[in-house]
Amino acid sequence: MAEHKTPFVQFNEVQKTYDGEILVVKDLNLDIQAGEFLTMLGPSGSGKTTCLMMLAGFETPTEGKIMLGGQELNNVPPHKRGIGMVFQNYALFPHMTVAENLAFPLQVRKMSKAETETKVQRALDMVELGAFGGRRPGQLSGGQQQRVALARALVFEPDLVLMDEPLGALDKNLREQMQYEIKHIHENLGMTVVYVTHDQSEALTMSDRIAVFNDGKIQQLAPPPDLYERPDNAFVAQFIGENNRLVGVVKEVDGTSCTVDVDGHIIQALSVNHEGVGSRTTLSLRPERVALDPAPGSMPNVFDATVEELIYLGDHIRTRVSTCGDDEFIVKVPNSHAHASLNRGQKVQVGWALDDCRALDA
Amino acid sequence: MANAVEEAGPARSLTMADGTPLKVALARATRRSKIRAFLLVAPLLFFILITFIFPIVDMLLRSVDNPEVNDAIPATVVELEKWDGESYPPDSVLSVFLEEIGDRSEEQRRNTGRMGARLNYEDGGFRSLINKSQRAAPKILESPMQFALIGLDEAWEDKDTWSALDGLAEQPDFADILPKTAALLQKWETGNSPFAEKTPGAEVYTEIFQEIAAAAQDGRIGALTAVIGRAHADVADLVQRTADSAGDIAEHPLKYALIGVDKEWGEVETWKTIQLVSSPVTFSYYLNAVDRTYDADGNIVMQPEWKQIYVQLFLKTIYVSIGVTIACLILAYPISYLLATLPPSKGNLLLILVLLPFWTSLLVRTTSWIVLLQTQGVINDTLVFLGIIADDNRIEMIYNMTGTIIAMTHILLPFMVLPMYSVMKTISPSYMRAARSLGANPLVAFVRVYMPQTIPGIGAGSILVFILAIGYYITPALVGGQDGQLISNFIAYHMQKSLNWGLAAALGTILLAGVLAMYWLYDRLVGIDNMKLG
Ligand SMILES: Nc1ncnc2c1ncn2[C@@H]1O[C@H](COP(=O)(O)OP(=O)(O)OP(=O)(O)O)[C@@H](O)[C@H]1O
Ligand SMILES: [Mg+2]
Repeated sequence: MAEHKTPFVQFNEVQKTYDGEILVVKDLNLDIQAGEFLTMLGPSGSGKTTCLMMLAGFETPTEGKIMLGGQELNNVPPHKRGIGMVFQNYALFPHMTVAENLAFPLQVRKMSKAETETKVQRALDMVELGAFGGRRPGQLSGGQQQRVALARALVFEPDLVLMDEPLGALDKNLREQMQYEIKHIHENLGMTVVYVTHDQSEALTMSDRIAVFNDGKIQQLAPPPDLYERPDNAFVAQFIGENNRLVGVVKEVDGTSCTVDVDGHIIQALSVNHEGVGSRTTLSLRPERVALDPAPGSMPNVFDATVEELIYLGDHIRTRVSTCGDDEFIVKVPNSHAHASLNRGQKVQVGWALDDCRALDA
Repeated sequence: MANAVEEAGPARSLTMADGTPLKVALARATRRSKIRAFLLVAPLLFFILITFIFPIVDMLLRSVDNPEVNDAIPATVVELEKWDGESYPPDSVLSVFLEEIGDRSEEQRRNTGRMGARLNYEDGGFRSLINKSQRAAPKILESPMQFALIGLDEAWEDKDTWSALDGLAEQPDFADILPKTAALLQKWETGNSPFAEKTPGAEVYTEIFQEIAAAAQDGRIGALTAVIGRAHADVADLVQRTADSAGDIAEHPLKYALIGVDKEWGEVETWKTIQLVSSPVTFSYYLNAVDRTYDADGNIVMQPEWKQIYVQLFLKTIYVSIGVTIACLILAYPISYLLATLPPSKGNLLLILVLLPFWTSLLVRTTSWIVLLQTQGVINDTLVFLGIIADDNRIEMIYNMTGTIIAMTHILLPFMVLPMYSVMKTISPSYMRAARSLGANPLVAFVRVYMPQTIPGIGAGSILVFILAIGYYITPALVGGQDGQLISNFIAYHMQKSLNWGLAAALGTILLAGVLAMYWLYDRLVGIDNMKLG
């Protein structure tokens, strides 16, 4: 059903180059539904901020169109787009108090004084900083500044809020707490959020959908579970979560499954994204989906392995083994009675199901 | 008991392994680096002390120092202290005074000269008065009557008076009453040769006074004036008047003698002025510097109209400095903004252009303005060529206030640009973006978000430019002409030309105080900590 609605934000064949030589954003097509929490995830320099800036109006697309609520944005100046924005460094005005910062977007919209005050107070209460209106940003902690920045981007009730790595400067605990709060506010207010991060766990916990960027292109656009369970290509598989990579050559394709020769070992895998028989492929396999010493016959792929390293992590033991010509093969062994006594150098067997092993591009 | 407490308490001193107390060990360890640090700054400290602190202290002292009169006539100053300040000073003062300034020694003459110069600041006639008196003093002390009679009446100095008396000297009636005078006059070489003396020697004056005084005593003065009056009524009158005052003159010969040197000595005010200026410390330089002065009674009064220039000049200097500061601000703001927002490669090139004037001689820059702005200069030529102004109607842009302001603005501009640039560079562009994304149009975003954050730079640049402008010298001297001169030009004038160092020091001190007041005001309003100079 959702596909038939006109998307709220639409990137249409957007290209961007800063210097006329390198395309920073290539052929971007992206539809964002109203009320959606969409995260742009990708390594540094992959063009996430550039996309956000084009949407906010601080950069113009070299080619293509950006639509917002059915209206073409290309010639609308930033202050008329009505988009709330949270910057990575917060960009709170240092010469104004917190309350003045929040009142700023309302004042420039010529809102009455009384209304401004109630809205500012409500926004401050929403981020639990009701008593801090009189302070300067410099007198707040990082997390508090972050919340003020959020409140400021929301106080004029925009339909679309952009956040560019808003939690980048916070420590881990605070970041997790803020992730929850942002998510909570999103659920309460129902605005559309475009969120940029290069922290994958952040993206996974918060988003409705994630667009994985690399090299100016969206590699995959999918809800978090899909992205993790069913990566479309080697980059996504590698970028999201931990991943064992086995490089081999496709021997045979049979419908949705295929056979791959990895260093002389024949592996049964799910045929996802390769160029047919004889082409090179990367097999992607999540460490937690690998079984140690599986019952004979229970799995199509079972190979001998040698334990190289054991790292005790409490709930599981990260076990590095060498198998199929790869000595960086990771197995996550649950810390249960059955597996209590692994030792270095021990010979074991590893096995996995066909569906958990995806043959992707080389 | 005390010992036990000391050992048990936390105050017990900690010791190193070898038993030296920790504090001693620490002091020993840091002493060397402290000494080295001091040695490193010592040359600079010394340099600043000698070239900066000493001159300023010296200037402060000089602006109130007043040694000249005391050095020249110390004994007179002591005598003047006993004087009531109302009536004419007693002879004791006068004789000591004459003795002191009459001393022909090298040192005394120098001191007297300085005293003359110093007194001249109070009243324009004093230098020549002192010079005349210095020359006359020995003669007065030897025989005061010549000057005393002249002091009584200038006619005693006239050639005609003495020719008349000379003519009468042969008459028995005359010679009878004034026998010694007549004898002396007959010996006196008179005549019409240009080398002949105008008036007879001092001894003739002494004799004629004594004989007139004697005649007045024994009643023969009537006969004498009758004899003289037959040929010269005016001389007879003179003799009569002399006879009338003879008693007074005999009693106060020095007073009349000094009046004979110059009438000014007859005024009690003259002596009051000397007394006033004789104090070793004076505020009169400061008063002069604000167009005020002491009157003879020691009250502070306005200077005469034609001497009132300094208040006007201070105000002008302040106005010009404010004007230059505002002009610099208006010009520098966009430049600094551009510098701070351009990508570094272009920004640095622009910065070099801004700094280029720094690398050019001040003199060259100033004179190049002369080339541009003079009436036959580039700008006027261009305007005439374009027909915008008539050839006989060229604009006066230099050697007046306009020239001063233009050239000073140009020269001080970098001092405004650099602090503003350094502040603007630290303002993240995301503030402007945030403001725009919050709905502010570019102008509102600039005025409400960007500008307030540049205030530290504006403040630092303005105070720097203002302080530099208020004491600027070379540029106004070169392109200021008559009305473009500022206070520092007058300080230089008093340092170099009029040699009135006291006044120069007072003007300089007021300037310094003004700058410090500015600094204080800035600290109160903006806070020195907020100032960013680079
Ligand atoms: N103003 C600019 N001028 C020229 N090149 C730029 C400019 N801004 C970004 N780039 C280039 O564009 C590419 C994408 O930059 P962008 O800031 O969008 O990356 P990003 O995905 O946000 O990275 P990060 O996670 O590090 O923030 C980079 O290679 C960067 O060097
Ligand atoms: Mg970025």
